Amino acid sequence: MIAELGHYALVLALGLALIQGIVPIVGARSRDPVLMGVAGTTALAQFAFVAIAFTALTLCYVISDFSVVNVFENSHSAMPLVYKITSVWGNHEGSMLLWVLILSLFGTLVAIFGANLPLTLKANVLGVQSWIAAAFYLFILVTSNPFLRLQNAPLEGRDLNPILQDIGLAIHPPLLYLGYVGLSITFSFAIAALIEGRIDAAWARWVRPWTLAAWICLTLGIAMGSYWAYYELGWGGWWFWDPVENASFMPWLAGTALLHSAVVMEKRNALKVWTILLAILAFSLSLIGTFLVRSGVLTSVHAFATDPTRGVFILAILTAFIGGGLALFAWRARMLKQGGLFAPISREGALIFNNLFLTSACATVFIGTLYPLALETLTGAKISVGAPFFNATFAPLFIPLLVVVPFGPLMAWKRGDLYGVAQRLLGALATAVIAIAVTFAIAGGGSLLAPFMIGLAFYVMVGAITDLAERTSLFRVPAALSLLRARGLARSVWGTALAHFGLGVTLLGIVFETQWGAERIEAMNPTQTVSIRGYDLTFDGIMQRGGPNYRELAAKFTVRSGGVVIGILEPSKRSFPSRDTSTTEAALMTRGLSQLYLSLGDPNPDGSIAVRLYHKPLVLLIWLGTVVMALGGALSLSDRRLRVGAPRPATPKTALQPAE
Amino acid sequence: MRLLPLVLLLTLATATPVFAVQPDEVLSDQQLEARARDLSRELRCMVCQNQSIDDSDAPLARDLRILVRERLKAGDNDRQILDFLTARYGEFVLLKPRFSLQTALLWLLPAAVVLIGAFGLIVLVRRQRKTGETDVALTSAERARLGKLVNSPNE
Repeated sequence: MIAELGHYALVLALGLALIQGIVPIVGARSRDPVLMGVAGTTALAQFAFVAIAFTALTLCYVISDFSVVNVFENSHSAMPLVYKITSVWGNHEGSMLLWVLILSLFGTLVAIFGANLPLTLKANVLGVQSWIAAAFYLFILVTSNPFLRLQNAPLEGRDLNPILQDIGLAIHPPLLYLGYVGLSITFSFAIAALIEGRIDAAWARWVRPWTLAAWICLTLGIAMGSYWAYYELGWGGWWFWDPVENASFMPWLAGTALLHSAVVMEKRNALKVWTILLAILAFSLSLIGTFLVRSGVLTSVHAFATDPTRGVFILAILTAFIGGGLALFAWRARMLKQGGLFAPISREGALIFNNLFLTSACATVFIGTLYPLALETLTGAKISVGAPFFNATFAPLFIPLLVVVPFGPLMAWKRGDLYGVAQRLLGALATAVIAIAVTFAIAGGGSLLAPFMIGLAFYVMVGAITDLAERTSLFRVPAALSLLRARGLARSVWGTALAHFGLGVTLLGIVFETQWGAERIEAMNPTQTVSIRGYDLTFDGIMQRGGPNYRELAAKFTVRSGGVVIGILEPSKRSFPSRDTSTTEAALMTRGLSQLYLSLGDPNPDGSIAVRLYHKPLVLLIWLGTVVMALGGALSLSDRRLRVGAPRPATPKTALQPAE
Repeated sequence: MRLLPLVLLLTLATATPVFAVQPDEVLSDQQLEARARDLSRELRCMVCQNQSIDDSDAPLARDLRILVRERLKAGDNDRQILDFLTARYGEFVLLKPRFSLQTALLWLLPAAVVLIGAFGLIVLVRRQRKTGETDVALTSAERARLGKLVNSPNE
């Protein structure tokens, strides 16, 4: 009954979406406020019905109703409650349901917080948003219905894939989806602007908070996924340039470019057409990501060909929205009058530089991800494009970008003074040189690249601080006055500085981890000791333990530093009888910002066990930097200047609290 | 979109996650071992999805790792080893494809995007200099509304 209720609610949501996709847009054309007003009500109702559907599926999981195919295939009665709930989106059908839940949530937020939007724009935005929703409701109902029943209900479920039985699943997909789907709002705004055939600086002001909110979620979502992979996979990697990762990275790159180009549009009334195009592209990349992951085309072109129903459906959605969006763009973009002059040496010039390189970086990832697929489809030749390719092509595009990052905020609009800014960045440059020299001296020669990257990281960080110091006249006026000025600074200024600082922090972590990590691979017997970077790990023994739905083989290691016991590490291997699979649970010990990372291999017949031990210096900076970036974004989002024009302090800020 | 765990779901369906390089594979010569690791990161485990043989726990990856180390001990240079493996398994084994007619676009497009973009911008700036700034005119409806707003102090 619960499942049927959910199914029915989803069908009703589809009906509402179709109404919302047509009536308000007709209303906007005929300037009929009643027809346009329909959108607000249907958006709320749509969200309510999708929420009912989602709750219904969640309930089926919580009560372990194995007569529902989806629950049977992905759950187990012995699983802890939290995993039963996260299992809802730990599978294809359920994750699509989460996707549309968030989509309808965003629609509702626009309906609620868009009170200050022009009536026609709001109607068009909600209408377009509803087209997307309708397409995905249909996709779920036709090809991926999570509410299907089994004829005979089995007694026990097949369990969730053990790798997904982790708290990461509770956080990572929802955050990522908030990011992906958040970009759909920007897309809807862009399409609405094209339908209306006009766009102005105010449009950029309305769009920026949504983009920013989506960007924050995407940033945290990707970072969370990276950390999850790092501790769960057991070989200590945190980024693999995997197509699935790239699928989330591309919208992030495009979204970051969009954030910056929207600033130019808002402040200088320039880059309008480009911003619209970026908004369309950013969401298109989200859709392409959905296609790549959901169609099975990544596994192989042939896997896609054998069961193409879902893939073809998503491909159709993809073609309709991307093709339609771009066609509309090609047709109407000329109507959007390009305004605003920009000089190459100016704040907008720096932001355009940012856009050029971010877009190129995004294009590189796109080409690298899809090239093997395209080549195999066209010629049958199989090639691989992996991490070494991306490292070789992505870095040269990102380094110039990082060099320019500190210049941007210090430049004046319209006409910047490159020499003056360079002078103000002397401190940052000096820090960089010192960092390079010190690193080079300590590392004892070798490649210059690593010290250079360290210098670059410091340059970006100090450069971000320089912007704040300049604006508060730090050290040039009494400290109290500086403090007063600091408090008076717009939050978006702090946000920018923080986000750029975070970028430097992440870079620092990446360089340290990749350049100066240490690794030991040993076969160890009990009482043996292995040393790494001044830590001695003694293998105390192996024990068998039981968990709620698994058995685990855990090894106990005592960690000593300078003869003093500083902790215990217990890496383990878990086996899940219900799925006949096992997972490696690495044990981590955090020392400051560095980590010791220990994972187990197979036990040998002679009683020894293979262990893999890493020392990862400053590795936490990688994720700490992304959190700082997200904080910067949140700070910008709370800037009241982003709300100018809003009669009440009504912003998406409060509604999007989970991002923080 | 569910990132890695999902990939794993696909890749590890058959293999159980133990870890890649085993203690017995490690060469005693540290320099050779370092080279072996670097090479391993460039080579694809062909039965896995986008994993290098250095990361993969599949038996095939292990065989390849041992093969690489054998060639290293025999005194081959990196180039020879990559050539040897490519001859045996095809271009598919290389994670960084070599430049060829087939991969020309792959390698050239990133640079082309930057150059085309930069060129477009230069053209735009030059054209702007000629035409000068044009302010967007208000539509008649907007002008009427503006007039109304200006004339009614209450609003």
